Amino acid sequence: MSGAGETVIEVRDLVNRFGSHCVHENLDLDIYRGEILGVVGGSGTGKSVLLRSIVGLKRPDAGSIRVLGEDLQRLPADERSRLERRFGVLFQRGALFTSLNLQENVALPLIEHSGLTRADAEHLARVKLALVGLPPQAARLTPDALSGGMVKRAALARALAMDPEVLFLDEPTAGLDPIGAGAFDRLLLTLRDALGLSVFLVTHDLDTLYSTCDRVAVLSDRRVLVAERLAVVEATDNEWIRDYFHGPRGRAASQAAQRKE
Amino acid sequence: MTHTATHAGTLEQGDEGLRAVGDWTLPHHSRLRREVAKVRGTETLDLTPLGRLDTSGAVLLVELLGAQRVLRVGDWAPALPAEQQALLVAVADAMREPLDIAPPSVFPPLAALADLGQRVAGLGHQQFQLIGFIGVTLASLVSGLLRPRRWRITALVAQLQQSGLNAIPIVALLTFLVGAVVAFLGATVLRDFGATIYTVNLVAYSFLREFGVLLAAILLAGRTASAFTAQIGAMKANEELDAIRTLGLSPVELLVLPRVLAMMISLPILTLVGMLSGMLGGALVCSLALEIPLAQFLAILQRDIPLNHFLVGLAKAPLFAFLIAVIGCLEGFKAAGSAQSVGEHTTSSVVQSIFMVILLDALAALFFMEMGW
Repeated sequence: MSGAGETVIEVRDLVNRFGSHCVHENLDLDIYRGEILGVVGGSGTGKSVLLRSIVGLKRPDAGSIRVLGEDLQRLPADERSRLERRFGVLFQRGALFTSLNLQENVALPLIEHSGLTRADAEHLARVKLALVGLPPQAARLTPDALSGGMVKRAALARALAMDPEVLFLDEPTAGLDPIGAGAFDRLLLTLRDALGLSVFLVTHDLDTLYSTCDRVAVLSDRRVLVAERLAVVEATDNEWIRDYFHGPRGRAASQAAQRKE
Repeated sequence: MTHTATHAGTLEQGDEGLRAVGDWTLPHHSRLRREVAKVRGTETLDLTPLGRLDTSGAVLLVELLGAQRVLRVGDWAPALPAEQQALLVAVADAMREPLDIAPPSVFPPLAALADLGQRVAGLGHQQFQLIGFIGVTLASLVSGLLRPRRWRITALVAQLQQSGLNAIPIVALLTFLVGAVVAFLGATVLRDFGATIYTVNLVAYSFLREFGVLLAAILLAGRTASAFTAQIGAMKANEELDAIRTLGLSPVELLVLPRVLAMMISLPILTLVGMLSGMLGGALVCSLALEIPLAQFLAILQRDIPLNHFLVGLAKAPLFAFLIAVIGCLEGFKAAGSAQSVGEHTTSSVVQSIFMVILLDALAALFFMEMGW
């Protein structure tokens, strides 16, 4: 894709602490326009905390985070809201509003922010739901009637509601069967190409990493060890990276990706 | 993107047919939709003057041209940037099937009738469920009583603290205030008859027989039944109840019994607190406003008020406590996995338990009066 294009997210010297426990220390990370950046790391290395810091849900203890050129924490409320519309977030467990059906879930930001009528917004919402591969009947279901895979898709549709420039995905394929996960990967690539998205993808799924990511950032020891193309990351001399990418699962995913090519 | 026009999108009628001009993006969606609605179904469309395009714009173009034509966009608009072509194809692909499925429509009076029927049937079903749940609770209470190893003392004590001990201040304050109000009321009415001294009897009778237990029960219904419903409802949403079942344990024994027993122990205590503090409020008003000193108040209490009034009041407490706790727990079990549902059932548990308490109290008053107790 863009290689070293325009930077959409710039994290510098980020520090995050919970009490005396330090999660991030002087963490630097860049995300470029149009790329899919995979973020990996062992459990508890602060992948989700990093995501929450970037989207402004957690105030960092030190350091700066610039999203689309602005520092969220320093913006006044209305400008912050305007900026927040330019990114979409898919939470780990979907976080769909349980009191609304799917088309209302997706239509909510459209009605609130774009001043569309309810009918127009719900029509657009149905297209978005179809775009992420949900059948038309699903639009009127409530989230508690959905399977895990459908919840993930519906949550992606809501994250895409405002045609965001940056998409944050927190373990989108966790809990999906391999076929569903593969379909999600392809969907992500299609949407990235069609909508020109930049994607921040937290994942444990090696297949997703090999089939979708342009670059991979490895979180370890409270910072980003390396953020490079997969081939470079694989070759990095680090015990965790070796175990991760050259363990049996890593090898299988790598071979599967090569076969596909 | 090759086109960098930043002006609002429009649909223009050119010399050689329709032209999509400018940005077809979300901010212009409503107006563009009206323009598209006017010319619905065109054969040709010139996309070269098109500026930025997002999903909402793509939806309109697909509606204008039809999904099949847009799927072949590469053939008739090869000059369009690759990303926009990809977007159009993706959206057209999603819109191949009709997406607007009308919800099943019902004749409104019929729907209202069906709704009424559902409510009535639901009300009946609710009482039926309550009776069933009371049965299950009693059964597991009896089977648990015989096996001291399965008594859950820790859970019981924790619930006692939450529903009993922590409720003492609010129960004491509220009954104290109501006691003072009752004394004022009595004084006002009885003064005309020159019988202000009977204010003491009024306060004592009302608090021993009715207000002590009723106020404490209503407070616990609002305070604790709602907490039970919310706790158990949230546990259900998190599949914790299923986990308890798959571990071979009984949710009724683990969650309901400690709560029910704790309530049955704490409500009589709180009733006693309520009676005492209500009469204290009455006594205070008597000594300050009616010149009946505390010593005289106590002497009248001792002389005129038989013990059975106290017992009548206290006897109702365990029954009320049982009902409040059972309703609170049952509503928690009935909650479905959504935030909305937990809220609905919490409301329902408070309303039901207060209703039940007042209904039973009225029946009990009738019964005790007929029995002459």
